[in-house]
Amino acid sequence: MAETATFSLGKSKKRSRWIEEATRSGFFLCALASVLTTFGIVFVLIREAIPFFQVVPLTDFLFGTRWNALIEPRSFGVIPLLMGTMIIVIGSGLIAIPIGLASAIYLSEFASDRTRKIVKPVLEILAGIPTVVYGYFALTGITPLLKLINDDISVFNALSASIVVAVMILPMVASLCDDALKAVPRALREGGFALGSTKTEVSLKVVVPAALSGIVASFVLAFSRAIGETMAVTLAAGATPKLTMNPLESIQTMTAYIVQVATGDIEHGSVSYYSLYAVGGMLFLITLGANLLSHRILKKYREQYE
Amino acid sequence: MSTSQATPPSEFNSALERRRFTSSLFKNCCAFLSWLCIGILGFLLVHIFSAGWEWVSFDFLKNPPSRMPHKAGLFSAFMGTIWIIVTTACIAIPMGVCSALYLEEYARKNRLNTFIEINIANLAGVPSIVYGILGLTLFVRFLKFGPSVLAGALTLTLLILPVIIIASREAIKAVPPSIRLSAYALGATQFQTVFHHVLPAALPGIMTGVILALSRAIGETAPILMVGAVAYVRKAPSGILDGFTALPIQIYNWAREAKPEFEGLAAGGIIVLLVLLFTMNSIAILIRNKTQKAQS
Repeated sequence: MAETATFSLGKSKKRSRWIEEATRSGFFLCALASVLTTFGIVFVLIREAIPFFQVVPLTDFLFGTRWNALIEPRSFGVIPLLMGTMIIVIGSGLIAIPIGLASAIYLSEFASDRTRKIVKPVLEILAGIPTVVYGYFALTGITPLLKLINDDISVFNALSASIVVAVMILPMVASLCDDALKAVPRALREGGFALGSTKTEVSLKVVVPAALSGIVASFVLAFSRAIGETMAVTLAAGATPKLTMNPLESIQTMTAYIVQVATGDIEHGSVSYYSLYAVGGMLFLITLGANLLSHRILKKYREQYE
Repeated sequence: MSTSQATPPSEFNSALERRRFTSSLFKNCCAFLSWLCIGILGFLLVHIFSAGWEWVSFDFLKNPPSRMPHKAGLFSAFMGTIWIIVTTACIAIPMGVCSALYLEEYARKNRLNTFIEINIANLAGVPSIVYGILGLTLFVRFLKFGPSVLAGALTLTLLILPVIIIASREAIKAVPPSIRLSAYALGATQFQTVFHHVLPAALPGIMTGVILALSRAIGETAPILMVGAVAYVRKAPSGILDGFTALPIQIYNWAREAKPEFEGLAAGGIIVLLVLLFTMNSIAILIRNKTQKAQS
């Protein structure tokens, strides 16, 4: 009796060890899939951009000021696309950053619990609305409104796209700044009040500087989101790559160009087709750089309060 | 001393008044900007519902897309979205949860695992259109799946995996260590501990994260457009290798049309999409609230 018990115990031990090893390696493979995704992205972008850079020199691509990829005479200078993206990024940043930071200060320093319970979910809903909906909203809601103010504005324009991109990144700025402000310990605020400061003075001169690393990091993340934003700018900002700083005109961003090539009937294997990967690679590098920068800011400049 | 308190110097007094005024002004500005967010949401919803409400009908849900606005519907797009999301869920949930379990329960602190963690954080910040490029090149062309449900679902899987992993890790981290220790003390193996104790305890949190990630995947337009828009599809897919169209693609196509009727159709499509998202998010919030109550 005792013998059989030890025997079966030994057998099940062996089996359970096998199960242990199998689950462990299975789980590890799943975790590895995300690393493979990164390698996949880098591999695809490099491999498919090579045929493009065999025809178009890298310097022409980086410093050329004319982008005319789809019709003859072709020209592949990425500056106009980059400029289009920058107009959107700057425009949306100018709108979203002040509003986002102000809402965050209000929510964390002034607002009652009841107000927070209303505003926070609204921000979450705004963050959850699909980008194609914002594109539609820009095209049919914002642009006609802008037309009432200024009749010169074209149907596709950078301004209305900037406005909806701002609405899109605003919740992120507001909630990340709110988290950063809330992480500032109470004692700092009470010190400010004890010296006779008003609530605004404490907020602006004590709390915001103390949370600055988190606030700046949220701005950088918002910048990266705005660069990668696709559908709203594809629908609302137009498809004319152009070197302009006038937000009332139609432009084209890097993302909108990628959509145009991938969904249009461009011959697979032509230079125009491969230009998609050069632009995509550039987009990937810029957003990766912005994300790494935001991590660094958070890590390096975080104030520690223990 | 008491006289100086009763009548402070007039300069000081005026400064205080000015400071109080600035303070309340600042507060009101911030309050206004916060409420502005609600105003924007209200404007957006009113705009969409007023443009699209009359187009939403039973026929709208069951007709295929058409060149004629009054016959157009989004049956194939709706079914396409369901196919894509179910396929995505079948691949992404097991992979994401297993990755999270590995990182939380099994991984030792070494270079490789740190690298995996940093990598996942960075992937969450990659723009969705880059996943579209990856999906188009890898799944549609290299692996020759074509513009199919499978290619779209795999692309969305890669896109939402980081989100699912991060949310699941949070849920697993929240399981108290005492549960694991008691399981081990009773002689359970790690496999038994993880599957019989940790995973069930973390399940509500994981489900909330998964549903939110899937609802994000439903609304993602750019990657699915890059993978699937090559084909003009009128029929609902009947297998994972069929071509597809999806709600966001259909909305995009209608929104690009010049005719004002299509504007109404696009708004109608958006209403259907928003109702779908709203339902999923409500379920997620319901699960979250239920478990919060049970824990407290």
